[in-house]
Amino acid sequence: MPRPEIRTWDPALFRQALLESFRKLSPRWMMRNPVMFVVEVGSAETTFQLLWRVVHGNWTNFAFYFQITLWLWITVLFANFAEAMAEGRGKAQAEFLRRAKTTTMARRLLPGGHWEEIPALHLRMGDRVRIDAGEMIPSDGAIVEGIASVDESAITGESAPVIREAGGDRSAVTGGTRLLSDWLVVEITRNPGETFIDRMIALVEGAVRQKTPNEIALNILLAGMTIIFLLVCATLPPLAGYFGIRLSIPVLWALLVCLIPTTIGGLLSAIGIAGMNRLVRRNVLAKSGRAVEAAGDVDTLLLDKTGTITLGNRQASEFVPAPGIEVYELANAAQLASLSDETPEGRSIVVLAKENYGLRGRELEQHQARFIPFTAQTRMSGVDLNGARIRKGAGDAIRNFVESQGGQFPLAVKQAMEDISRHGGTPLAVADGPRVLGVIHLKDVVKGGMRERFDELRRMGIRTVMITGDNPLTAAAIAQEAGVDDFLAEAKPEDKLALIKREQAGGKLVAMTGDGTNDAPALAQADVGVAMNTGTMPAKEAGNMVDLDSNPTKLIEIVEIGKQLLMTRGALTTFSISNDVSKYFAILPALFSAAFPVLGALNIMRLATPQSAILSAVIFNALIIVALIPLALRGIAYRPLGASAVLRRNLLVYGLGGILTPFLFIKLIDMFIVAAHWVSVPH
Amino acid sequence: MSVYGVAQFLFFLVVLAAITPPLGRYITAIYEGRRTFLSPLLSPLEHGLYRMTGVNPERESNWKQYALALIGFSLVKTLILYALLRLQYWLPLNPNHLPGVPPSLAMNTAVSFVTNTNWQNYAGETTLSYFSQMAGLTVQNFLSAAAGIAVAVALIRGIARRQAETIGNFWADLTRGTLYLLLPLAFGLALFYAGSGVIQNFKPNLHYATVTGQKAVLPMGPVASQYAIENLGTNGGGFFNANSAHPYEGPTPLVGFICVLSFVAIGAAMTHVLGRMTGHVAHGWAVWGAMAFLLAAGFFVAYHFDAQPNPLLPAAVAQARAPGNPGGAMEGKEVRFSLGGSDWFAVATTSTSCGDVNSMHDSFAPLAGMVLLLNMMLGCVGFGGVGAGLYGMMMLILITVFIAGLMIGRTPEYLGKKIEAREVKMAMLGVLAMSTLILVFSALGAATPAGRAGVYNPGPHGLTEILYAFASPTANNGSAFAGLNGNTRFYNWTQAICMLFGRFLMIIPVLAIAGSLARKKICPPSAGTLAPQTPLFAAMLVGVVLLVGALNFFPALTIAPILEHLLLHAGRAF
Repeated sequence: MPRPEIRTWDPALFRQALLESFRKLSPRWMMRNPVMFVVEVGSAETTFQLLWRVVHGNWTNFAFYFQITLWLWITVLFANFAEAMAEGRGKAQAEFLRRAKTTTMARRLLPGGHWEEIPALHLRMGDRVRIDAGEMIPSDGAIVEGIASVDESAITGESAPVIREAGGDRSAVTGGTRLLSDWLVVEITRNPGETFIDRMIALVEGAVRQKTPNEIALNILLAGMTIIFLLVCATLPPLAGYFGIRLSIPVLWALLVCLIPTTIGGLLSAIGIAGMNRLVRRNVLAKSGRAVEAAGDVDTLLLDKTGTITLGNRQASEFVPAPGIEVYELANAAQLASLSDETPEGRSIVVLAKENYGLRGRELEQHQARFIPFTAQTRMSGVDLNGARIRKGAGDAIRNFVESQGGQFPLAVKQAMEDISRHGGTPLAVADGPRVLGVIHLKDVVKGGMRERFDELRRMGIRTVMITGDNPLTAAAIAQEAGVDDFLAEAKPEDKLALIKREQAGGKLVAMTGDGTNDAPALAQADVGVAMNTGTMPAKEAGNMVDLDSNPTKLIEIVEIGKQLLMTRGALTTFSISNDVSKYFAILPALFSAAFPVLGALNIMRLATPQSAILSAVIFNALIIVALIPLALRGIAYRPLGASAVLRRNLLVYGLGGILTPFLFIKLIDMFIVAAHWVSVPH
Repeated sequence: MSVYGVAQFLFFLVVLAAITPPLGRYITAIYEGRRTFLSPLLSPLEHGLYRMTGVNPERESNWKQYALALIGFSLVKTLILYALLRLQYWLPLNPNHLPGVPPSLAMNTAVSFVTNTNWQNYAGETTLSYFSQMAGLTVQNFLSAAAGIAVAVALIRGIARRQAETIGNFWADLTRGTLYLLLPLAFGLALFYAGSGVIQNFKPNLHYATVTGQKAVLPMGPVASQYAIENLGTNGGGFFNANSAHPYEGPTPLVGFICVLSFVAIGAAMTHVLGRMTGHVAHGWAVWGAMAFLLAAGFFVAYHFDAQPNPLLPAAVAQARAPGNPGGAMEGKEVRFSLGGSDWFAVATTSTSCGDVNSMHDSFAPLAGMVLLLNMMLGCVGFGGVGAGLYGMMMLILITVFIAGLMIGRTPEYLGKKIEAREVKMAMLGVLAMSTLILVFSALGAATPAGRAGVYNPGPHGLTEILYAFASPTANNGSAFAGLNGNTRFYNWTQAICMLFGRFLMIIPVLAIAGSLARKKICPPSAGTLAPQTPLFAAMLVGVVLLVGALNFFPALTIAPILEHLLLHAGRAF
């Protein structure tokens, strides 16, 4: 079941959002957003003024006041619409999750080996249930007995089944996923309504969305600016009254609405919701918006070597022949010895021989081949065929093997092996009877593109630390190859925790991934702890995010999303404030040029009439909200650059752009409304 | 604009840049309690004062205690000064037998000097005794300046410290600033001034008959000693009504130059103190650069418009620059300071919170006058008052850092300290206080008969006078636009409110920020953190100062100086 892709202007979402934007007009809802609340109060007041005019039969400039009132309401609706659109996208995703939440029955085990059938919704923490192949897992729990393959596509979107078994790090099962084979006894670890899926649904629907610290701070800034501009507009009538100029209330509201930061105020919550949704779309579940913001602040990334930086398996990279041996012979022998070796290492040897020396895998049945499997005692494996006794294995094992047959272990080979070890590789010696043929260089293969990713991170000011159980020598070699900044070798879980604490004591924010129970303390300590969905329940509990794909590299994407979220807010705030310059030049001459025609000099846009000027500014102010909805939902373009470069770019685009853009568009709108006779132009 | 006028200003900036680091180093040493070259002389005095008052300079306080000490101290000072002014008739050193100052004027003056504003609704020579000037005003000139610097230093400590609860000891900061910084510098300056023609005596006013037989009065008094500290401490309350325009107070251009340098010096040096104490010297220079830019931009705009000929004067009046005629709007300016020297002085005095004047701001070309007004509406951040300039600017720095931080995708940090809701709230409170006081009271002044009664000029110029009358006290500047009679019950009281709230509604949030920042950890800088030392940052800071600070006043300015300018060119004067 693939996750649905949601288009920005999906018609169904659109209709839903349109409806929602009216529902959100309720003052109780609007109060949460001080900027837009002021606009709503203004809309209400101008509406009242309009009605007053109707009642008193005062039709002077009625069309003008009517349009101002209309556009003020539209401003509020557009802001609501932006929020509703963002929520709608979340809801669509929640809907997808909800399908996994079925009202199945569960078989609860009773003491004495009996069981009873009860609705899954009634299961409580501590209950044990039995699940058979084909059944839905009724709730979150830990496997007590059994091993089975589970289809978790309902929550991850990933169709390949995963193996779950009792004990260890793979014992957690999630309600709503389906058992494909075998059976399990599961102890329920969640009460109804608190399961993983429940929480996911609540998160993406925004029901539990609390304002994040940065959002709160930004709201204070915006509220402060709103109060300042309220004062500006409230003190303008007495100041203008000094000259006997009377300013009409709708026009003052128009000025106020244009000045207060409605663009960012209207889009702020949409940006936050969209940020969470972007994470969900990448199959990451953040338990709070705070965690997403923290991701943008991360200074240090702790990455496990295996599976994150390297492919997880050692791979053959080179054949080093012994003196007097052709490399071709070594490759041939190594391939023969590995044909029946199904480990990733063994397969990589076969592949390397094939790719570099054109040796094809052969059917060995006809050669009366006898395979010698690897055992912990012999520490080597190989094949006997046609009288040849080919072995590959650890250095000392092969030394014993050749010396027991009267052979000698050449010094050059020993040196080659030490060399490989020093560079972080694992050497495997290959012998044919008493003859040592050479060494296979097995090495940890760094995933493609990792070095570039780490370079990007470095440019963003993020330090990467590789965590590995390898010895320091090996670790250093891989660290260098992958291009990480630092490494922690021979790491035990305690070391990880200690490292995090050390970094945090230096004022840094640390992000890490983990899946095992013994990772839980470190996950909890880290500022951003991403638990793998394949991990244990304690790990998922401890982290503040869960990656449903269990892909540790995703940490990097999470950081980017966190940064993008903040950047979008900052950029639109700058844009919103910069816009005020042009609006002043539109509205102020309009307000006063009747009394003082000389002030027409400030009308640098040459707007047609005072009415068209005011209306154009208000219309621009409303339309810009809608125009920026896609940007708010998508986030502004993100490039992995240093802080100064990002700031310069955003200041140029959103600061300078914010000052200049409205001049152009207000002029265009003015030309339009004059041409469309929305205002009367004296001849 | 003349070459000399521009060269003088540029020379001034160079000298200022040159004295910023040594003075900054010295101030840093004073407030870090380190030994200075004056310690052998002053240390016994300092510790004697501590013993006398029972202050333990090592015992630091948290921000609330610090603020409480400062406010309590200011309150007591206000009451003492008020009493002193009221009772001056019975006090010594009153050779001219001046009566006690009336209540509302005494109140206004007491608040004015305690808040480092030095708005003067009185003429010194005809209202105050020498005792009031010296024991009353000059003492306040020292103490209010020292208090301002103390607040800035406490703020810097808050930024520099990590996970600390305290931000310093107010009494120790006050004592050290007065003893080691203000007293020695003021002493040196006073000697220089006295030697350059500023009078210093206790004689009664000199009555004489002019050659035409008219009776005239030459005012006397201990001017040099007060003049030194009134400028050094950016107080600005001149001994005479005409301030530095009076030949006994501002006799020569050189005195003018040293005077401007003295009132900008400490404000500029504080940026260096910020850099040194936090370990980000380059950031200190970025702030210096932003402040210098605001000052320079103000100067060039004002000078440009002031140098334009007045279109209403008949052609017979030579307004073009010629030998012996500086050209432009010379009315209200002293010939010995010329146009450049007057505009430079006026822009500097309004960019700092000094408020001393050597020309009549009322007579400036409308847009040049607007620059002076705007300087104060921005909160005097073109180096600003001693201490006050830095902590006022810090509000805008924090807002800049907040927006910039978001734009680079991190929780905003300032020198390693996270800027969160509390800091933003306090910074906005400071900005809000400024705009509210100026706008609300100006509206009140424009709309009420009591407010309009004081205005001498009609039309937009009158409105400018009202705006100025509230911007100046609120920004604790104290320069007067003139053309408005402030010595009325209405202005005495409303201005006192502006001065009090303009000072303390800024200081309290500043100290709250200091306390909250002190408690935070310091995150080390990286390529991903905002670099607050780049020209880009300084430019953005200037942008925020103008957008957040100036936008609020744009409507009011439109119908005051801008309108006046346009009307002037349309052929109408006020």
